[in-house]
Amino acid sequence: MDMSQQTLMPEKAVLLPVGTSAKVVARNVNVYYGEKHALKDVSIDVPDKSVTAFIGPSGCGKSTFLRCINRMNDTIPICRVTGKITIDGQDIYDPALDVVQLRARVGMVFQKPNPFPKSIYENVAYGPRIHGMARSKSDLDQIVENSLKKASLWEEVKNRLQDSGTALSGGQQQRLCIARAIAVSPDIILMDEPCSALDPIATAKIEELIDELSRNFCIIIVTHSMQQAARVSKRTAFFHLGLLLEEGETNQMFTNPTNERTQAYITGRFG
Amino acid sequence: MTDIAGAAAPVFRLDVTSDAAKRRIRKRYAAEARFKAYGLAALGVTTLFVGALIFDIIRNGIPAFTQHSLTMDVAVPADFVPADKRSDPLAIRGADYFPVTRDALKAAIPGIESRRGERTLTRLLSTGAPGVLRDRLLADPDLIGKTVKVPLLLSDDADLYFKGSGTPIIKRSGIGTATPSGTTGEITILTSANDFAAEVVSIKQAAKEKADGQAIEAARLTTFGGQSVAQRVSEINAEIAALRARVDSPKVEEVLDGKLPSKLVEINGGLVKLTKLTDVSVAGEVLLPLSSTDDAKPGDWKVITYATPESNRKVSDQEVAFLERFREKGMVDRHFNTLFFTSGDSREPELAGIRSALIGSALTLFVTLALCLPIGVLAAVYLEEFAPKNRITDLIEVNINNLAAVPSIVFGLLGLAVFLNFFNFPRSAPVVGGLVLALLVLPTIIIASRAALKAVPPSIKEAALGVGASHQQAVFHHVLPLAMPGIMTGTIIGMAHALGETAPLLMIGMVAFIVDVPTALTDAATVLPVQIYLWSDLPEVAFKLKTAGAIMVLLGFLFLMNGAAIYLRKKFERRW
Repeated sequence: MDMSQQTLMPEKAVLLPVGTSAKVVARNVNVYYGEKHALKDVSIDVPDKSVTAFIGPSGCGKSTFLRCINRMNDTIPICRVTGKITIDGQDIYDPALDVVQLRARVGMVFQKPNPFPKSIYENVAYGPRIHGMARSKSDLDQIVENSLKKASLWEEVKNRLQDSGTALSGGQQQRLCIARAIAVSPDIILMDEPCSALDPIATAKIEELIDELSRNFCIIIVTHSMQQAARVSKRTAFFHLGLLLEEGETNQMFTNPTNERTQAYITGRFG
Repeated sequence: MTDIAGAAAPVFRLDVTSDAAKRRIRKRYAAEARFKAYGLAALGVTTLFVGALIFDIIRNGIPAFTQHSLTMDVAVPADFVPADKRSDPLAIRGADYFPVTRDALKAAIPGIESRRGERTLTRLLSTGAPGVLRDRLLADPDLIGKTVKVPLLLSDDADLYFKGSGTPIIKRSGIGTATPSGTTGEITILTSANDFAAEVVSIKQAAKEKADGQAIEAARLTTFGGQSVAQRVSEINAEIAALRARVDSPKVEEVLDGKLPSKLVEINGGLVKLTKLTDVSVAGEVLLPLSSTDDAKPGDWKVITYATPESNRKVSDQEVAFLERFREKGMVDRHFNTLFFTSGDSREPELAGIRSALIGSALTLFVTLALCLPIGVLAAVYLEEFAPKNRITDLIEVNINNLAAVPSIVFGLLGLAVFLNFFNFPRSAPVVGGLVLALLVLPTIIIASRAALKAVPPSIKEAALGVGASHQQAVFHHVLPLAMPGIMTGTIIGMAHALGETAPLLMIGMVAFIVDVPTALTDAATVLPVQIYLWSDLPEVAFKLKTAGAIMVLLGFLFLMNGAAIYLRKKFERRW
């Protein structure tokens, strides 16, 4: 199946602007948790090197879809996924594909900061180490330093790399988790409500960081905060009741939504 | 259906001021107070029981940790070991130590010539008494031919005597001048005053009390015993009649027997045990020889009472006399009972120790731990993290939970049938004990490990998966290390359980009299709780102390292990 933009698309899929390449392409994705049909026929193109926000009320399927992109749903025994998702044209549900390598390419940052209860250094070094990315100790030190710098955490922790990661503040922990994710140099970073457990100052820092990272990574962020979606994302997708109702440029979505439910949600009338 | 249209809807209001509300509050307070009182009462009762248990064990067990020895100058004759064999440890080991120690005893209490007295004297020492002397000679053969000052271990009865299970001793000075008729054997002592009148009275009093006591016993037997005890009743009645006759005839010579407190006279450096007495003269048997037959002035001689009748104690009057003499000479030495920890089991209580049982326990627990830690943890990891959820794993899970509740003796039977009869493993060996205990402890460890694994938050696993760790890497790099403190706690508690287990080991023959310290997993061995069980069955009083002492050691280990478990739990307790 040809995944170029010229393919005939289901009606809800929106073409990306000319000149933007699609990193993640999803077609007719359905997810079932046992009997429950959690995600219905979702098709979307996600551009590279930009931030895409998934918004929608609780239980709308946005997190479920996010977790399909790095096949995190595989860990749930009753979960079943149909349809097709490709990254750079490669089908990630291909049985021949190694899911562990996929997850190295698609990093993930979770809702609640979840650093390993180990040192800050170990938190970042773990991924590169298991993937054999560093040939020597100094390589590894370099990776850790670069990752922490990219996550704007280096200045705060450079003198206490051996302290426990869990001893950091919530915002620092979340940035550590981001550093951990980018240490394995993924193409895509998935963020599942990364700021929901943080205070406004820490949130602002993370948002700034997301903006920074979007120059090099394809970032998909699930958020409950409309303002956050408006602030950080270039494109926004609105999910409701397992359906992808609308998707497009963030500016346009927030100023002139085409779907009335989107408008209702954005203006705070429900959700 | 009732038509309520038009009727005012009922209003439900929170009511906090009415009497009913106050009653409700009072009732709630009362219920809370009652609950608190129940809790405190339960706590009090438990504490009381545990306290009583521990107090009793410690009170009985503490004496087991000390021992009494006689420190004596032992003259080792030059020909004790032939001169050319003095460098040979076997010759020194094999020499006959009995005459040497006997001579040392006789030197300490001179004048004991009778065979009976000599035997009584030598029996005060333990059969293992020469042990220290032998070790000294082995270490330094040049001591042969010289006089060595060594502690000689006392026998269990003598030891117990010094630990306070002897008799109260009452002494009072004589009033008149006493004249003994001889220095050894059977003698009579005359006194110029009514020195023994009080003794005669007290003996009559004791006889009267005894008669009264027997009368009650006879009445009880007649009422409840029926025909079967007629013989006994007539015996008791005869005894009562004899006792009453004695009490009623004032001027007859009183005869002392073992059922009455012993009366003795200390005179001219010797000791006479009284057998017959009137107010002014007594006849008796010399226990410790007198130095002369000179008159003893008032105050220079004493009347002594051993308040516990001879038949009610383990040591005879002669032995008490010897032991008291040793004590007066300052030869008795109380010291820490190292033998208790360095020797194996023995038929002689003073020589018996827990070493072989301790080593046996250690070997057995080693096998148990080596088997059940890896098997238990890996089984738990597999079941918790990797096993598919289906009927078979459900069945396995239910069975593991049920196994934890199976009586331990069943595992012993299994060990007997499978390991001994089928696989022909050696009987009473720590390896079999360890296998059986491993089966017993395995469910506990699996359940504890699964709980510990389950307690690790899934976010940690997700984080590892998120950076591209495989499931197995996530489990072994992150989940298992975080669950380890919980697993360790479960394992230690399981091991403590195994350490205290007796029943299954009885089935596989670990209930044996083991003198030698086991050195291999296949040697015959016993374990601490079984040793306790064995000792508790023996009739010697000294073994009762040993039992309590061994229980203290066992409890000490259990407290230590549980303490380690609590420490680990507190130290690695994590909050996510």
